[in-house]
Amino acid sequence: MAELLRLEQIVKSFAGVQALKGVDLTLNQGEITCLVGENGCGKSTLIKIISGFYQADHGRIVVTGQPVAQWHPIEAIRAGIQVIYQDFSLFPNLSVAENLALNSQLSARKRFVNWREIRGIAQEALSRTEVDLPLDALVSDLGVADKQLIAISRAILQDARLVVMDEPTTALTEKEVRALFKVVRNLQAKGIAILFVSHKLNEVLEIAERVVVMRNGEKVLETPATQVDARQIGVAMTGREIAESTYDFTPPEGETPLLEVNQLSLPGAFEDIHFKLHRGEILGITGLLGSGRTELAKALFGETPAQRGTIKLNGQPVSIRSIQDAIYHRIGYVPEDRLTEGLFLQRSIGSNIVTSTLKALLNRVGFVDSDRVNQQIRDWVTGLHIKTQDVSLPVRSLSGGNQQRIVLSKWLAANPEILILNGPTVGVDVGSKDELHQIIKDLARKGIGIIVISDDIPELMATCNRVMLMRRGRIDEQMTIRQTNEHDLSAKLRQLAV
Amino acid sequence: MNWRALFARQEFIILLVLIALCAVIAIINPTAFLSVQNLFRILRACIVIGIFALGTLMVLISGGIDVSFPAIAITALYISTRIIVDTGIDSVPLAFLLGALIGLGLGLINGVFIGIFRLPTLIVTLGTLNLFRGALLFFVGSERIRLSEVTTNLADASRLNLITVPLARGEASLHFTFALLIALALLVWFILSRTMLGRAIYAIGGDREAAERAGFNIVRTQFFIYGFVGLLAGIGGIVFGILSREADPFSIVGTELDVIAAVVLGGALITGGRGTVIGTLLGVLLITVISSNLVLLGIPTEWQRFVIGVLIIIGVGIPALQALRKRRLRVQTA
Repeated sequence: MAELLRLEQIVKSFAGVQALKGVDLTLNQGEITCLVGENGCGKSTLIKIISGFYQADHGRIVVTGQPVAQWHPIEAIRAGIQVIYQDFSLFPNLSVAENLALNSQLSARKRFVNWREIRGIAQEALSRTEVDLPLDALVSDLGVADKQLIAISRAILQDARLVVMDEPTTALTEKEVRALFKVVRNLQAKGIAILFVSHKLNEVLEIAERVVVMRNGEKVLETPATQVDARQIGVAMTGREIAESTYDFTPPEGETPLLEVNQLSLPGAFEDIHFKLHRGEILGITGLLGSGRTELAKALFGETPAQRGTIKLNGQPVSIRSIQDAIYHRIGYVPEDRLTEGLFLQRSIGSNIVTSTLKALLNRVGFVDSDRVNQQIRDWVTGLHIKTQDVSLPVRSLSGGNQQRIVLSKWLAANPEILILNGPTVGVDVGSKDELHQIIKDLARKGIGIIVISDDIPELMATCNRVMLMRRGRIDEQMTIRQTNEHDLSAKLRQLAV
Repeated sequence: MNWRALFARQEFIILLVLIALCAVIAIINPTAFLSVQNLFRILRACIVIGIFALGTLMVLISGGIDVSFPAIAITALYISTRIIVDTGIDSVPLAFLLGALIGLGLGLINGVFIGIFRLPTLIVTLGTLNLFRGALLFFVGSERIRLSEVTTNLADASRLNLITVPLARGEASLHFTFALLIALALLVWFILSRTMLGRAIYAIGGDREAAERAGFNIVRTQFFIYGFVGLLAGIGGIVFGILSREADPFSIVGTELDVIAAVVLGGALITGGRGTVIGTLLGVLLITVISSNLVLLGIPTEWQRFVIGVLIIIGVGIPALQALRKRRLRVQTA
């Protein structure tokens, strides 16, 4: 295979801290390379070196055999290197066609707009990636997967020879991941090099030909994908064995369930849902995006209340018509998109932790009792192993795993009886994931009833004692974790996609 | 374009509202409403607010807001008039040229604060609204100038008509500046939909960061936007002076909210990224019909404000409801 880009002994430091400690990486034409590593391992820095956003302190960059003197974004783009960022850099208010064509029109220094030409360019872009999308639709009306395909098609249009994809599958459903992989293999067949960055090891093993693992700014493993398994990669990423144990639990005979849901319906979202949740139980709910699993969670949390059916707490029928009702009944919800729904990103770590319990922290006059506030913040930071030097820093300064812990602690501070976690480890790396799973199980052992919504099968296997499959708003199947295994469950989930 | 797509467009809804309103007025008071005089009167009343609205449209699309244009307009009108009176060159084209240049200059001052110092547009233009008007009143003067007392050509321009239709009793005429409004509307339409500059304005309003990454020059585009808005405001100011035959430093300021309301009714998003010239013109027409013809229904003038308020809430509410329904639909089909 012909070599496209070679990085030699790349060193990069920020304020004295070495983010990259002499990394070698070779990318070949028509090869799919996966780059994995925990947060802070240096993989984002490496991507930014490749894209020319950062300049290396030491080391060489060699493009098709020629060492380069200058390496800034403009040189990288000229060399055919395109990075698909997680936010896609699209214009939601413009049409698909215009989004596809705008960049090439700009680089051609066009001054006037020829709409027929734009459609032509867009058509060409979509045919190169063999994607079918309505050219006149507004991008804001499309789903994440389609937006990503637009971003990829746009990149290919710029005569890309290397496409770097940063966590491309984070927000995709199983079916959409299949479609993306098809496009990626297509590009590969055209001789384009792909650098695929991901947290999801099963996906990495499926798509990659070569796997590169980074830890602490160093490359610790480089191997053909056929010669490793997820466990070995996990060990390389974290430097330790991760033993994911299952969670065994059987509710005591005759105990009144903590939560009992009967014939719960919200037209257009879910129909005729019934299930029970006991104290100390962890119930997994899975299904494709749009299967009604998130809507069900939001209904239990009173965000979009159900229209029919009953909800019983400890045997007593209750009515949950608003989030206030849910909080009153001590139900907590950690949303799917923690960044927009669960956190005040600009506010400090400390104030995020105490937002849901401020009322309990008032002193007699009605002012916030700052001693107790600080005590509570300290308790949670140590209790949940949140890694930060200073709780007055904004939450956005934390990594994904730590942000998730803040959301969790915010709800735990409110002392819930039922905790609903939607995609608890989306965008979290393997090591933190394991720790979060341990935290979830510890909480259940303390008697909280937990519902975990996820399409990450290994996660469900590792945390839940019972799993419920949803399909088109209905419960397809309920099973205990002992009645199934990882392979069986993923097969069932994949079947739903058809 | 199919029917459903048509109904989803704010422009179409505004058109329906406009037709319905006209139908109601025409049925209740046909003689007063359905006359050439009244039609021309409505169109004449559209000219100044229409010119201002075109500039406001551009700013709103780019994700900003400009409330300083009335101050720019009155400053341009007043200074131009003073220059014409002082020099004695009594020329209509010169008035427009001066007005446009002064407007452009003042608009670029907004551009400096917004483009280079990256200050929030509302704050900057609120500041310059007061700054320009205060400077005008303090340094230039606060006395009203009646054009007929000091000029001939400029004063006579108020009777310069595009079309004159003889009627049974007297005649009806449409002022020549209506052609100016149409020409400017075509220009703005061309810039917005046929030039990369126009697409840059939409792109910035859609996602500023993405626009920057794509390689649009944001600062230059913002200089253009605010400069152009100033230029339109200057021209609008001169038109206002010609139509009202006076330059009164206490006029125009106060119309900004009606103009913004017209543009928003016409489908422009206050959050940026969306808006069309045709929608804006329809919005202007609707606001004008309301403020000049509700009287024909026997509705007291005090109620005009109320009706405009209701329309804005409905006009903004319908797209919001549609967006909500679309999202629900997506959940069902997914």
